[in-house]
Amino acid sequence: MSDAIRFLLGDRERVLRDVPPTLTVLEYLRRHERRTGTKEGCAEGDCGACTVVLQEPDGQGGLRRRAVNSCIQFVAVLDGRQLLTVEDLKAADGTLHPVQQAIVDRHGSQCGFCTPGFVMQLYSGWLGQDYSERPEVKNWIAGNLCRCTGYGPIIDAGLAALDAERPGTAETTALAERLEALGHGEMLHLAHDGPHGRQEWFAPRSVDELAAIYLAHPDAVLVAGATDVGLWVTKQHRHLATLIDVTRIPELAALRDTGNELAIGAGVTHSAAMEALSALHPDLGKLLTRFAAVQIRNAGTVGGNIANGSPIGDLPPALIALDARLQLRKGREQREIALENFFVAYGNQDRAPGEFVESVTVPKLRPNTRFACYKLSKRFDSDISAVMAAFSVTVEAGRIASARLAFGGMAATPKRAKAAETALMGSAFGLEAFEAAAVALAEDFQPLTDMRASAQYRLLAAQNLLRRFALENAPAGRPVATRVLEIAHG
Amino acid sequence: MDETVIQDRGISATFSRVPHSEPPHDGAIKGGVARSVKHDSAPRHVAGEAIYTDDIPELPGTLHLHLAMSAHAHAAILSMDLDAVRQAAGVVRVLTLDDIPGKNDYSPFFGDDPIFPEGLVQYVGQCLFAVAAESREAAFQAALLAKIEYAPLPAVLTVDEALAADLDLLPRHEMRLGDAAAAIDAAPHRLANTLHMGGQDHFYLEGQIAYAIPGEGDDMFVYSSTQHPSEVQHNVAKALGIADHSVTVEVRRMGGGFGGKESQPALMANVAALAARLTGRPAKLRLDRDDDMVMTGKRHDFRIDYAVGFDGDGRILGAEFDQAARCGYSADLSGGITDRAMFHADNAYDLQAARVTSRRMKTHTVSNTAFRGFGGPQGLLATERMMDEIAFGLGLDPFDVRRANYYPAEGGKVTPYHMEVTDSVILEMMDELAESSDYRARRRAIRAFNATSPILKKGIGVTPLKFGISFTTTHLNQAGALVHVYKDGSVHLNHGGTEMGQGLFIKVAQVVAEEFQIDLDRVKITATTTAKVPNTSATAASSGTDLNGMAAKNAAGAIKQRLIAFAAAKYSVPEEQVVFLPNRVRVGNEEIAFPDLVQEAYLNQVSLSAAGFYATPGIHYDRETASGRPFFYFAYGAAISEVVIDTLTGENRLVRADILHDVGRSLNPAIDLGQIEGGFIQGLGWLTTEELWWDKSGRLRTHAPSTYKIPTANDRPDDLRIELWDKGYNKVDSIYRSKAVGEPPLMLAISAFSALTDAVAAAGGYRVFPHLDAPATPERILMAVEDVKTRVRALES
Ligand SMILES: Cc1cc2nc3c(=O)[nH]c(=O)nc-3n(C[C@H](O)[C@H](O)[C@H](O)COP(=O)(O)OP(=O)(O)OC[C@H]3O[C@@H](n4cnc5c(N)ncnc54)[C@H](O)[C@@H]3O)c2cc1C
Ligand code: FES
Ligand code: FES
Repeated sequence: MSDAIRFLLGDRERVLRDVPPTLTVLEYLRRHERRTGTKEGCAEGDCGACTVVLQEPDGQGGLRRRAVNSCIQFVAVLDGRQLLTVEDLKAADGTLHPVQQAIVDRHGSQCGFCTPGFVMQLYSGWLGQDYSERPEVKNWIAGNLCRCTGYGPIIDAGLAALDAERPGTAETTALAERLEALGHGEMLHLAHDGPHGRQEWFAPRSVDELAAIYLAHPDAVLVAGATDVGLWVTKQHRHLATLIDVTRIPELAALRDTGNELAIGAGVTHSAAMEALSALHPDLGKLLTRFAAVQIRNAGTVGGNIANGSPIGDLPPALIALDARLQLRKGREQREIALENFFVAYGNQDRAPGEFVESVTVPKLRPNTRFACYKLSKRFDSDISAVMAAFSVTVEAGRIASARLAFGGMAATPKRAKAAETALMGSAFGLEAFEAAAVALAEDFQPLTDMRASAQYRLLAAQNLLRRFALENAPAGRPVATRVLEIAHG
Repeated sequence: MDETVIQDRGISATFSRVPHSEPPHDGAIKGGVARSVKHDSAPRHVAGEAIYTDDIPELPGTLHLHLAMSAHAHAAILSMDLDAVRQAAGVVRVLTLDDIPGKNDYSPFFGDDPIFPEGLVQYVGQCLFAVAAESREAAFQAALLAKIEYAPLPAVLTVDEALAADLDLLPRHEMRLGDAAAAIDAAPHRLANTLHMGGQDHFYLEGQIAYAIPGEGDDMFVYSSTQHPSEVQHNVAKALGIADHSVTVEVRRMGGGFGGKESQPALMANVAALAARLTGRPAKLRLDRDDDMVMTGKRHDFRIDYAVGFDGDGRILGAEFDQAARCGYSADLSGGITDRAMFHADNAYDLQAARVTSRRMKTHTVSNTAFRGFGGPQGLLATERMMDEIAFGLGLDPFDVRRANYYPAEGGKVTPYHMEVTDSVILEMMDELAESSDYRARRRAIRAFNATSPILKKGIGVTPLKFGISFTTTHLNQAGALVHVYKDGSVHLNHGGTEMGQGLFIKVAQVVAEEFQIDLDRVKITATTTAKVPNTSATAASSGTDLNGMAAKNAAGAIKQRLIAFAAAKYSVPEEQVVFLPNRVRVGNEEIAFPDLVQEAYLNQVSLSAAGFYATPGIHYDRETASGRPFFYFAYGAAISEVVIDTLTGENRLVRADILHDVGRSLNPAIDLGQIEGGFIQGLGWLTTEELWWDKSGRLRTHAPSTYKIPTANDRPDDLRIELWDKGYNKVDSIYRSKAVGEPPLMLAISAFSALTDAVAAAGGYRVFPHLDAPATPERILMAVEDVKTRVRALES
């Protein structure tokens, strides 16, 4: 067991012991290190001003990197990694990094408060060659808010810096080796006594270890990407006594394609799941590009998105429509349930104390199954759904043989529209059938009015999404354009 | 930025053409006026080295403050038991009403913004008391222990509720030109309608913050993220019961302001200074984002009723606007804001006969405040809606209807407040833009698209803009600057304006460099402080450069004049023969390096420091008669936007926007373009995704970026073409004939709102005119589409 967080801050080694485990990386940087270049704009993962970059060995002599929101990441995330902040980018002789210089040259900073976050976000993309075209760079920075510039110069700067030379392999290998040496491979255990009591942090290294520790501490809070849990600390000011980090467990971070099915470990981040899910259906890829933004997707996990039980999470409706199954584990016991049965009621899931989500298994689509998922929100990017819909409809011999219509934002849990499904059964696939389903949908849901949408809008839009699905999958004739994003992008 | 194409990848070119930006000729100074000089802080911004208030190293012993907030919109406070708060770990002092030695008020004027309530709360989030503790977390946790007993009172939350209750906060105001009612009655065509428009949170990326450091005696030094240091200074003095001279307020830069740091920072500064005074320790108050959004004022939401009479060409014969604004619980700057909404009811149009009325409604919500445009955007939006509706009714192109109504270039026509418009260039600009954007053909193409697209509908909208420049409170149009020339010829520049990202500092430095004919890097830009330049106005009303640029020019000019007099005397040449050349001065036939002349002047006991002052000449407004010349000049702009909507969900996208903007002779084209693009996108947010939503108990539920959605990079259209108008020239003697640019471009986004309305109309086959309020969220668009369809069905049956 290790009792200290070891990492590189830039190129300097740091060892943190006896820090509150829920100290955020941002607070650590600004208050403890007095590195004030990294800014706080919201302390809830939504503005990107606090973006920093983490690097770690990829196990093959190279490095894996990701930009994250330091405001909601806890310091333990640093263990065994390199933390790069805006202060690390200038060359020793004071020359600005090409990304920085490009922003200066294009007048990409006005008040400058968002700028360090953009610099780090673009830097991570430049380093990883994550974007090359204009729409890609826009998606890449959709989690960074700028209130001054209107973004044009920043987008231009991101593209302009692309051609600048990247670090050579020798440099990368040396860093990877240094980080390997830093890594201890042991379970991290932090304990800290603060004004509100003792806090403990465990970061088990295997599923068995996790199962044992969680059984011993069933009151502990599991932490995956902390994109929810981080806010419990920064916004709800909750005191969390015991935390168990599930992100250091290779089994949980694994994606397995068995041919017919895709098994996604609970700890797989949205970024890591993107490719495999896009392959299941392009709509899933599109959904994920609109799921929060890069920094959140780099941290947030599929397991967290399910386990948090939210009625407005994006993945559960999509996965329910796909008839996914959830694998749970408690101690040595494993069980499997249909994902839709996991969500019992608002704030109540079918998960016992000490039990955790291990993985979710998603059957692949059959050729005669039509699938789509739609996310409706006030803003396309980085917004929580007002309505989330996913439809999977199988047609046999010209008739609808099965239908799974799953919705988020329509009820207290992600839920199937049973009445609408029934209305579809046996009908010919077409607008008429879906009109009937739309009518039946009113029996399925009595949605709420809140700041995201009124009940009236939710129901009408949900009904219209059924119509959209029918139009998009119209068997013959000219396809009808139904998605503004596809028009807007030429 | 001399290049025309600034982007070479992607699917459609974004370009910005920049006139007046000649490359400097050989030997010219580096960075004078009319150059696209980079923002002075840019290299520090990108390196994380630019220091904002929270980045200043904290002194040992610094306390951290938290403000406790009211849970009720309107309630009497029966009791406040704070014992447990005082006993809590880490708490050093709890601050309440009884601790205020001076006046319990942080208002800009009316004395109606209590720092701590006197028995009554009037909005959810109103500050109740403050906790000073060893850490922010300790202060927060302690505040939770308060036991507060409220007796809730009925709360009035919206404009409509306030109108129903006749709850005016400030006196009504009216402007009249001719007899509008008679003109409308006599007109061949008439229409009347109502538009509701929402407010807007500033969402400056840096939240409100103040850091107070007690000095000896009464002295108090306050770092404040404020657009208005003088007001913060005065408020701190007022609350502490000391003279203004004991308080110094400093701000090097803000992480955005947009009007939200004009009057609001006084609360943070007052509480921080109070804590510093009471404890003798430095004290910092930085609002958490959510608290900031709940506690601080926003753009006013409005209801505007309009009625208009017009002829068959859409020529307006008379118009009436009844404006009603939600001011919130206190006056703050609402008077000036609602006035400006009235001043912009005409936008760029000669209404011939007009009546504009304004009601300033009191509600039990946060006190609304300045926001870029200061009421102007709201006034304009209703007028632009009216123009679209006139065109729709007549089956004419909205472009042509607008064109039939512009103030003529030759002058002779007056506004509803009886100011002659002598500088109207809007017709020429709009025609140029229609041409360059291929407006007519695109409008036809959109109609053709809509005819074959059952679900997605496109729309196009045009917006001309005329925006009055000057504070409408005449005396505020003054500024001061302080310039020192040191013995080595380097220059220290200070003025009353504040830097919030708009590039004011660099523009004013360019002016000073130009005046002395020295390279820009010889001019040191310094933090705004009340100790150097007193009694300043807020950096607001787009006037920062106009006022401070002139003041700095005057200060530099005074020193320059002394140098000229000195050189003329010393070298026995007439003053005309002392000429400032780049980095040197020609005296008679001799050339002397600027630093050498300065050194000589110093040795000869010439003062090398000067204060400069400027007051805008010739402006006035008489409230009694609702007439005058409140504006020094007008800035103009033109925009055309194209959108697409989904009639099944209300999802929508701005596809393309073309902008032509008049900045006169640009002082710094790159900075001006940045203001235009940034303002446009900010306006787009106001009118589309940014929705403030209060629940029935008066709680703002969109108080964080998770629920309040400002535009992201993806909301900016790939095809955004912005040009500075190459014929731009200020007819009045402004600083180097430039025009203000801070606020006007925000209103260009109204073109997108018009385009959305057009697209909704398409959903009903252009048979009925849509009811679409702002912001046009997907929900409002879908509901407008449904309404249009219902009305068309009714027509058909
Ligand atoms: C800015 C921002 C934007 C967001 N946008 C979206 C969005 O567009 N769509 C969306 O759906 N969500 C969104 N979210 C919510 C959140 O990011 C996602 O739900 C994410 O998937 C949560 O995963 P996580 O790994 O970060 O969870 P954590 O915060 O680590 O945990 C969430 C919850 O799940 C529990 N948990 C985690 N792992 C397990 C496990 N293996 N077994 C049992 N319990 C577990 C935790 O104890 C906790 O209760 C957003 C959040 C933020 C901050
Ligand atoms: S501070 Fe806004 S995302 Fe972290
Ligand atoms: S430059 Fe001010 S927020 Fe981006």
